[in-house]
Amino acid sequence: MLLNIKNLHVAINGKEILKGFNLQVNKGEIHAIMGPNGTGKSTLAAAITGREGYEITEGEIIYKGQVINDWTPDKRANEGVFLSFQYPVEIPGVSMTNFMRTALNAKRQYQGLPQMKAGEFLKLMEQKKKLVEITAKLTNRSVNEGFSGGEKKKNEIFQMAMLEPTLAILDETDSGLDIDALKVVAKGVNELKSDENAFVVITHYQRLLDYIVPDFVHVMYGGRIVKSGGKGLALELEEQGYEWVKEQFGEE
Amino acid sequence: MKSKNKIITPLEKELLKVAEAKVLSLEKKSGSDFEELHKALKVFKEKGLPDKNLEKWRNTDLFEWYQKPFSPVAEKEKFTKEVDDIFQCTVQGFDSNVVSILNGHYYSPERTTLQSFKNGLIIGSLAKAKTQYPQYFKKYYNKIAPVDTNEITAVNTLFAEDGVFIYVPDGVEVELPVQLIKLVNKRGLMLNTHNLIVLGKNSSFTFLHCDDSINHDDSFINTLTEVHLGENASLDLYKLQNINDETVLLNSSFFSMERNSRLKVNVLTFNGGSIRNELHVNLNGEGAEADLSGLYLMDKKQHIDNQVYVNHNAPHCNSNEVFKGILDEEASAVFNGYIFVERDAQKTNAFQRNNNILMTSTAKVNTMPFLEIYADDVQCSHGATVGQLDNEAMFYLMQRGIPFEDARMLLMFAFAAEITDDIKIETLKTNIDDMVKKRLRGELSICDRCVLHCTTPDKPIEFEIDLSKI
Ligand SMILES: Nc1ncnc2c1ncn2[C@@H]1O[C@H](COP(=O)(O)OP(=O)(O)OP(=O)(O)O)[C@@H](O)[C@H]1O
Ligand SMILES: [Mg+2]
Repeated sequence: MLLNIKNLHVAINGKEILKGFNLQVNKGEIHAIMGPNGTGKSTLAAAITGREGYEITEGEIIYKGQVINDWTPDKRANEGVFLSFQYPVEIPGVSMTNFMRTALNAKRQYQGLPQMKAGEFLKLMEQKKKLVEITAKLTNRSVNEGFSGGEKKKNEIFQMAMLEPTLAILDETDSGLDIDALKVVAKGVNELKSDENAFVVITHYQRLLDYIVPDFVHVMYGGRIVKSGGKGLALELEEQGYEWVKEQFGEE
Repeated sequence: MKSKNKIITPLEKELLKVAEAKVLSLEKKSGSDFEELHKALKVFKEKGLPDKNLEKWRNTDLFEWYQKPFSPVAEKEKFTKEVDDIFQCTVQGFDSNVVSILNGHYYSPERTTLQSFKNGLIIGSLAKAKTQYPQYFKKYYNKIAPVDTNEITAVNTLFAEDGVFIYVPDGVEVELPVQLIKLVNKRGLMLNTHNLIVLGKNSSFTFLHCDDSINHDDSFINTLTEVHLGENASLDLYKLQNINDETVLLNSSFFSMERNSRLKVNVLTFNGGSIRNELHVNLNGEGAEADLSGLYLMDKKQHIDNQVYVNHNAPHCNSNEVFKGILDEEASAVFNGYIFVERDAQKTNAFQRNNNILMTSTAKVNTMPFLEIYADDVQCSHGATVGQLDNEAMFYLMQRGIPFEDARMLLMFAFAAEITDDIKIETLKTNIDDMVKKRLRGELSICDRCVLHCTTPDKPIEFEIDLSKI
């Protein structure tokens, strides 16, 4: 099993947001997580990636057989955990090229590999840019600075393609995307997808799941999963909304 | 104004003693120099050294430094070895005309103390130029920065005997930058030097002013630089400061700018016990333009104070100030930006910004704009920030696998890059970028070689920051 989250409780500033969350993800699987606003989906992503301020008060995150509760974000990243941010951050003054090269080499260093040569690196950049149909020159552009909403999301997928993660969490990568961009994102995911990796896709819309077909769909509510099913569940949600969930499980 | 005797600290007492003896010994001679000296002595007796009771010195307290009786007199050293032997400072690939000042005196072989070139360019010792080219001194010396401007100009006048003199004739565009290396190799000295730079009409010039330490001896440096920019003249001035923690550096530069002249100043402060930079910019002619920027990276108990005075005395002038700093440990910084717009200075554009990052809760910044605007058609803005590194950005970088320290470095370097990106000489920029990286990693210290030496083949900087050039 690649990821095993057991009875996870996470608090922000003392307020409990995740309340006994469980999830098991095997290699080769795609999981979709859906659920109303404010239910803790991004909190889950933050907890898995080790963000400061997200305190695990109970439970375990087991990744590749190891409890990673205490791992630093960079260690998790270098072990293959990737997050496509719901709101990618702008970092003025840090060029995309420099950022990606530093990230890639950090991973290689972690793996005990030599630094990637500049030429090789640039070739890889070009190749991955093509994959997500980024035409702009990234060399002189600061990370996400001045990128449109859609460009930022494409940029997340570009980074994912560069870093080739084992476990990728996509937090609402589809929101704000036009239909062409959505297809590009899906293409990026589908090309990367293999028997050796897995995806957790957080989304509000069934639409994305037409292109990235999930093996499992989970409904999250009140800080935990309240229902799981196949991809049909997404369609059901699309038709019925979350009223039934609220009725069955009460207001949050 | 206080009437009580201001001479109280050991340093002030020492300075007064030497100054009075000097004036006495010169009594027999007369001349304008002597008058200026007299005036300076009067100011000094009245005011002493600046203390924190003065509005403009409220946040920079040198009282502790005044407890040491630094000597304002230093023997002029015979030129026995090349500056390179004392201190190496040939930036790789950076071609410049190097001049040096050792312990306050111009340091060169006799024959090159004052050089005049075919195109009329003059570079050399101020002391020597004073007798050889009195016409320029009559016109500019102590005129751009009058002796009684403030406490430190007065003290400088009392003791300064030498400095650098540069004259660029009308229409001459000097391609090779001049690099001044100022060194001290004796302890306990107070060094007062006075520089005069005169740029004729339509001329252009690049000057790199380096203050370095070669060891950990204490000193008190008080430098005064007067600069005149003739009509349509252009000056690029870089100040590089990497002195030891035992040194105080007061660096005052006064600029008078004529019509359509252009000034660019870049002050890069890497290290020093206590440093105060004063830039006094007078935009006197229409269409003049001043672009002033600075970067300071301080730690330990270091202190940096940037005082920028921009006087818009004529219409249609532009000024732009950007000062940025990163302060670690218990370092402290002051930024005061004064913008003064004269009644007739319509169509003025004056911008000012100061951004600071505090790495610890013990680091301090005091930043304050002072605007006095008497014209009505003016565009003016100012802004200051004091903050920490962006946590969101830190997490973003670390989520991509970049370890904490490297992520921090990347963000700090990005913050600093806004200033260093502005350096127009590519080789200098590369060297300075390396210095910034080293400084941020805590690896840059004053060493017995020029800080500009940081890029050496045997010690490459591995932290690749900018790939845009491959
Ligand atoms: N830094 C924070 N401080 C306090 N509360 C927070 C913080 N971050 C998130 N929360 C709260 O935690 C809850 C879950 O937020 P989260 O962002 O995980 O929701 P989400 O399911 O991703 O919602 P959405 O679908 O709108 O993205 C919300 O009630 C939110 O207000
Ligand atoms: Mg969310």
